[in-house]
Amino acid sequence: MGRDITLGQFMPGHSVIHRLDARSKILLLISYIVFIFIAGNYMSLLLITMASLLVVLSTRISFKMYLKSMRVILFVVLFTGILNIFYGSGEVLWEWWIIKITQGGINNAIFVTVRIATLVMISSVLTFTTSPSDLTDAIERLLKPLTVFHIKVHEIAMMMTIALRFIPVLLEETDKIMNAQKARGADMESGNVFKRVKALIPVLIPLFVSSFRRANDLAMAMECRCYNGGKGRTRMRILRFSGVDLFALIFSLVIFSGVILCNIYFSPLTR
Amino acid sequence: MAVLKAENIRLVYGAGTAFEKTALKDLSFEIEKGEFIGIIGHTGSGKSTLVQLLNGLLRPTYGKIYLNGKDIWHEPKKIREVRFKVGMVFQYPEYQLFEETVYKDISFGPVNMGLSEEEIDKRVREAAGFVGLKDELLTKSPFDLSGGEKRRAAIAGVIAMDPDVLILDEPTAGLDPLGRDALLSQISSYHSVRKNTVLLVSHSMEDIARIADRILVLSHGEKVMLDTAENVFSRGSELEELGLRVPQITRIMMLLRESGIPVNTNILTVEQAFNEIVNLSV
Ligand SMILES: Nc1ncnc2c1ncn2[C@@H]1O[C@H](COP(=O)(O)OP(=O)(O)O)[C@@H](O)[C@H]1O
Ligand SMILES: [Mg+2]
Repeated sequence: MGRDITLGQFMPGHSVIHRLDARSKILLLISYIVFIFIAGNYMSLLLITMASLLVVLSTRISFKMYLKSMRVILFVVLFTGILNIFYGSGEVLWEWWIIKITQGGINNAIFVTVRIATLVMISSVLTFTTSPSDLTDAIERLLKPLTVFHIKVHEIAMMMTIALRFIPVLLEETDKIMNAQKARGADMESGNVFKRVKALIPVLIPLFVSSFRRANDLAMAMECRCYNGGKGRTRMRILRFSGVDLFALIFSLVIFSGVILCNIYFSPLTR
Repeated sequence: MAVLKAENIRLVYGAGTAFEKTALKDLSFEIEKGEFIGIIGHTGSGKSTLVQLLNGLLRPTYGKIYLNGKDIWHEPKKIREVRFKVGMVFQYPEYQLFEETVYKDISFGPVNMGLSEEEIDKRVREAAGFVGLKDELLTKSPFDLSGGEKRRAAIAGVIAMDPDVLILDEPTAGLDPLGRDALLSQISSYHSVRKNTVLLVSHSMEDIARIADRILVLSHGEKVMLDTAENVFSRGSELEELGLRVPQITRIMMLLRESGIPVNTNILTVEQAFNEIVNLSV
């Protein structure tokens, strides 16, 4: 079951994007998302979408994987897209009874769809090309300033690392336990809601028991290696900015200025 | 008629993704009713995948599996019936215990089968007897049992369904030598009392050589041999190439013979070897 989920899955590789510092990737991702929403007409949307596609292609990960992660939200995208067709102002293109399709409505629909699709794609770039440990490491470093406000950044990052690390383990375990109970005739596919919830008990109890056991083992193992929080802790892999990061920054700044220029020089969209 | 028959079964995990992996390649074999089959192969050779196919937990990518002559996927809705007939004990089955008492946990399968209360009671007690669980343990919480007892309780939970075919996936993994021998002899006596088919997965020749009628050797998802222990061991060098080993005692006899001492090499236990050598010197 769980093995089919690609949303948020690391795929090792050696592309330019893989080599970027995780901190740059997070910061650039945030700015891309902001600029996807700043884009106010077709020209600027085209520009930011093309740039995102270029980034996606340069990860050297099969486009199929991106499509797969988009499939999860396909319904939401289509639903909002279609709904948007019927809301909008401007020139009426087609009218029947109370249904009115306007130029603004079509613009809205296209914009919403393209924006969400680009958003998912560019976010997948981060999760596909960054190992979970680099990711949490980067988040910890980026949030470091918050320690001033007595926020335990290291502890939060450590919890995230552990949680991420154990998601596949738990999925596999769930799979195994489900199979074991199915082999004893547990029926998880049919019946009404109550029956199905009840059918989960034979899976959830062993899962909880083993999660606690694992948590206990892990805590013990960490303690045995004298883990005592973030103070004075050094790292095996140190994040470093390099030429690739500078290049990515310049590329993105060019695209972002392009988006702003397009917004200024081309007329805004009728909504 | 063969109780289980596999016809050109192939299984591909994650077909069409970056993680595509062919775990079994065009496997065919037949298992007769009442046979005790040992399944052996190195880690990752596809043993667990194969046994999950046999009771319908996985569906073959290609090929067919017949139980008593009927294609098990003929009616996918009735796959539960197949799972009752082909009982499956997973690796580390103790992690699947969940009920308040051992008794209730063992009866989970029979209850799902919709049996009457007396029948369930009879089966639970019988199954507990087969694996050597004492009566007073039945009222305890499964989480209060020792590791070995937990494993026995979990195995009893499958035996209680009285399957035509009992499959055990590495049932002795992680047990101490005494516990291992005790469990194996219980399984063996279960087989001789019930006279049903048993499939025992293991990666240790020592475990299965003594009790299996025939041994299925898997390597990289392919069937290498399916034959009696004697015949399998007579191809000892091939086994070594696969990273498997004939039992130590058999190997000693083979070496003796190679060095010119005329002993029989069809030897699976220390006692047999002892008798063979004693007879020799007379
Ligand atoms: N659920 C799964 N998804 C993907 N690959 C799997 C899965 N289960 C097993 N495999 C792979 O299939 C092969 C056979 O595994 P398995 O049947 O568990 O071997 P064995 O039990 O002999 O050690 C291994 O290479 C393993 O990595
Ligand atoms: Mg296995």
